[in-house]
Amino acid sequence: MRRALLIAAPIVFVAIILAAWELACRALAVPAYFLPTPSAIVLALVDNAPLLFVSAWRTLSSALMAFAITGVLASLAALGAASARVAEASFRPIAILLQVTPIIALAPLFQIWAGIDHPDHAVVALACVAAFFPMYSGALAGLGAVDPELERLFDLYGATGWQRLSRLKLPSAVPQALEGFKVGLGLALVGAVIGEMEASGGGQEGLAWRILEASHRMEIARSFAAVAALALMAGVLHAAFQALERRLIRWWRGR
Amino acid sequence: MAEAGAVAALEGVEVDYPGRGRALGPIDFSLAAGEIVALVGPSGCGKSTALRLLAGLEPPTRGQVRRAAGRGETAVVFQSPTLAPWLSAAANVALPLELAGVGGGEARTRAAEALRRVGLAGAEQARPAQLSGGMAMRASLARALVTSPKVLLLDEPFAALDEITRRQLADDVLALWAAERPAIVFVTHNVEEAVYMAGRVVVMTPGPGRIAGELPVEGPAPRPPGFRTTEAFRHTAEQLSELLRSGMEAGR
Repeated sequence: MRRALLIAAPIVFVAIILAAWELACRALAVPAYFLPTPSAIVLALVDNAPLLFVSAWRTLSSALMAFAITGVLASLAALGAASARVAEASFRPIAILLQVTPIIALAPLFQIWAGIDHPDHAVVALACVAAFFPMYSGALAGLGAVDPELERLFDLYGATGWQRLSRLKLPSAVPQALEGFKVGLGLALVGAVIGEMEASGGGQEGLAWRILEASHRMEIARSFAAVAALALMAGVLHAAFQALERRLIRWWRGR
Repeated sequence: MAEAGAVAALEGVEVDYPGRGRALGPIDFSLAAGEIVALVGPSGCGKSTALRLLAGLEPPTRGQVRRAAGRGETAVVFQSPTLAPWLSAAANVALPLELAGVGGGEARTRAAEALRRVGLAGAEQARPAQLSGGMAMRASLARALVTSPKVLLLDEPFAALDEITRRQLADDVLALWAAERPAIVFVTHNVEEAVYMAGRVVVMTPGPGRIAGELPVEGPAPRPPGFRTTEAFRHTAEQLSELLRSGMEAGR
């Protein structure tokens, strides 16, 4: 009973907000170019479904590509930092700067570096920068999260550096690295969208471009539909990774 | 001073920790082949430090640690089972062998045999999270025994277990000891457990730990049923309590 209530509550809550929105727009006769009704947005979503789908795939593939590239780079950097304190100290300022600098401030520079011929490179690169810090720090924290008594056991039996890494540090790192990778995946999507916005078309017709294009034409319902598609995609991506993470953690923990 | 034939010895050993001062010593301690010694003392008296010195996991600040056992011939069981959660029980037990370069197949066979000896036959594929506290401790014990060590160091291994399980495990450790007779150092702060397990009990003063005295424990090992109710057991336990008390006062 309680469980059913907890599942139903958010659905009802969202439905109430949408209904209030719909009624308010109709009652106050808000113009559609200012704030369309939810029903108009759904209609726009359905009408534009094929195009939105293609655009969503474009954005998603940029984000996934960046996620894969950053996964490798951040893991290698974390391995380096975990094995030598001097490496960690060297990486730290750059990693933190990458973290605290708003990605959008870097977008124009990346666009210039990528040039007119490869605006897609700027999109992926921005997504990489956005995803790097949580993935790096998650992997690094994981590599440091070794049970000290288990480490003593490795000392006792005279384990080699390689045995320590492959049999102790890497497996110990799994839970925290996954946590960092989950955050990184979400930020890769943010970075890709910012990259697409900066590219303003230029062959980068992802969801960000659909939002800009519709806004410029004052087709606010279509713009909203693209935002909804983006939010939906991000939600599904997060849920998918969450499910994968849960499975992996269950395997790791053995229950 | 260390006698000839000792498998491990501490000679005039002192340990200082930065910011904490003297943690242990000066202390002289010698472990003969095949004997079981209990180290008893209040918390913070440096028992675990002494154990780490004997294991070669930590150097002394002053004095000498002599160890006759080579690499892989000293095993430690910690207070918690310290099993890798991502490995099966068998893989955990096989770990010391694999670290020493024993091939995977042979390591698994010997691990399964070690698990059988501690009463965990059939649990080879279980993960640590699926084992009860007592079973996990048995797996930890199997991992310590799988290399047939000459020296077995037990750091309050039963402290986290319930009374029935700890009594059972005490008998099991003694039975396992009888098979291969490794020298055992058993750290505990439980007086009765010390008398039950050991042939010799060494009492330590509160930190910095020094040796307050030692007491031989008469009687056969493994212990016969009802050993805890014998006059000799009660008497030794009383003497030991007295020694601990005077050690506490001397340490003040």
